[in-house]
Amino acid sequence: MQYKSQAVATPYFIAAIGLFVGQIIFGLIMGLQYVIGDFLFPMIPFNVARMVHTNLLIVWLLFGFMGAAYYMIPEESETELFSPKLALAMFWIFLVAGALTIVGYLAVPYATLAELTGNDLLETMGREFLEQPLITKVGIVIVALAFLFNISMTVLKGRKTSISLVMLLGLWGLAVFFLFSFYNPTNLVLDKFFWWWTVHLWVEGVWELILGAMLAFVLIKVTGVDREVIEKWLYVIITLTLVTGIIGTGHHYFWIGTPEYWQWWGSVFSALEPIPFFAMTVFAFNMVNRRRREHPNKAATLWALGTGVMAFLGAGVWGFLHTLAPVNYYTHGTQITAAHGHMAFYGAYVMVNLTMISYAMPILRGRAANSNKSQVLEMWSFWLMTISIVFITLFLTAAGILQVWLQRVSETPLSFMATQDKISLFYWMREWTGVVFLIGLILYIASFFVKGEDKAAA
Amino acid sequence: MSGAFTKSMARNIFFGGTVFFFLLFLALSFDSTATLPKRDNRANLTPAVANGKKIWETRNCIGCHTLLGEGAYFAPELGNVYPRRGGDFIKAWIKGQPSGAPGRRQMPQFNLTEQQLDDLVAFLKYTSEINTANWPPNIEG
Repeated sequence: MQYKSQAVATPYFIAAIGLFVGQIIFGLIMGLQYVIGDFLFPMIPFNVARMVHTNLLIVWLLFGFMGAAYYMIPEESETELFSPKLALAMFWIFLVAGALTIVGYLAVPYATLAELTGNDLLETMGREFLEQPLITKVGIVIVALAFLFNISMTVLKGRKTSISLVMLLGLWGLAVFFLFSFYNPTNLVLDKFFWWWTVHLWVEGVWELILGAMLAFVLIKVTGVDREVIEKWLYVIITLTLVTGIIGTGHHYFWIGTPEYWQWWGSVFSALEPIPFFAMTVFAFNMVNRRRREHPNKAATLWALGTGVMAFLGAGVWGFLHTLAPVNYYTHGTQITAAHGHMAFYGAYVMVNLTMISYAMPILRGRAANSNKSQVLEMWSFWLMTISIVFITLFLTAAGILQVWLQRVSETPLSFMATQDKISLFYWMREWTGVVFLIGLILYIASFFVKGEDKAAA
Repeated sequence: MSGAFTKSMARNIFFGGTVFFFLLFLALSFDSTATLPKRDNRANLTPAVANGKKIWETRNCIGCHTLLGEGAYFAPELGNVYPRRGGDFIKAWIKGQPSGAPGRRQMPQFNLTEQQLDDLVAFLKYTSEINTANWPPNIEG
């Protein structure tokens, strides 16, 4: 570790992994409820489990991004963090606020939670992914601003690199577009229109800047390739991302009451969205092939390469699969969407966080890389989780195709529930694959505790 | 990439491209919001609809159902449930939950008043009259 203050990243990474475990457990509960409908009812109804599953995902990814920023920015800026104390205080505030929110979801009915937390002052709850109570949303803004202040001040007083700049742009964008979560008009079409300004412009916009910066940082470290080359690639990738992704928002404006020209704008631009992900894959492999050093952390390199490939498959290929308006007319809101969501989030944002954690954690623990034994176990977890998510995606895609066929294309369409009964085999296979994913995750955590000979101190 | 293409060129293209396409997106969004009154059924946004939307949100209906295709995929699409089932059926259905049928997916009992049920139905009726470019493909949603 080059700067003492980078150590504040450690609790962020640990919290991220802890919440990740919670996310997967609730995912398994939901998966079982798909086939055993009354499982855990009425203790944990499906909607509660889903809220916990998706909110934990968002929160742990944010923990990962913040931890990554605290690790990267001092090293990039060649100076200590502006205020490590502020960073630690924000860690505890965010963790406690997040935990209380999840407890709130589980302990009281959602309508009661809304009443208790001031939803009547400003109605923002009850919209997908933005279910958090008003006070949690305000808390997120406060933590984000304190975090951004801390990071920005560090960059301002130190060396200014392109990686820092892109990371900052992504993180500031994240905070700015979250503000649309406070806008919830009665007009449902306007509500949905601007809801996407948070949701789409996060995951298919500014988050990709964060992803690119994190990947570029790790690739510089593990390959030793010249910074000029890597940062040039980074700019090219994020140019492609935003040029396609901003107007690509239009692929959500096909069927929600918005003007029909979006079917053209959305289809054409979002059809190009796989290109930046393809570039990212080529980038990662190219840099590793042109490496100038043999970094002892093989596991981190594997995660970095995996991020490129899986983000391209999940976000790129599976996104393209249903993004053209004439196709989306049939697939909109089916298991096809769920299939895409799972592989895209895993491939892009889960994997880039695990890449960063894999690279940084050994250094934070005082060594350049973990022992061979530990790395071998980590690589097993890589393959188990990655192959599981591929199969989860394939099973959900199969379920989705059948669902579209039986419920939407057929001359004699079946009802929603009748269709669900017919495709339950695929839900069972998805659930068992989910169990394998959990095993992979347990091995991943176990790899942190495997001893053996450390690689030279960092 | 060859040496002729420098990092600062890449950075300039990034800023130029991003600003251009973001402005284009703003222009399209501005045009959309100007066109919406013709499509979004705002003439029928009554106080009952507003109350119904609040019921919809504070019971986290989107956690199981889709509405105009967005939400969770655990339970049926409700953007067109009004023409599919009618108001009386919707009210009776909500009142009758959970079914308690073993192994079947269960919907919670929300203990809504008659007024709240009427408001929710008003919201679902308003939603079904939004011009969605003929989506979903058929009445089953």
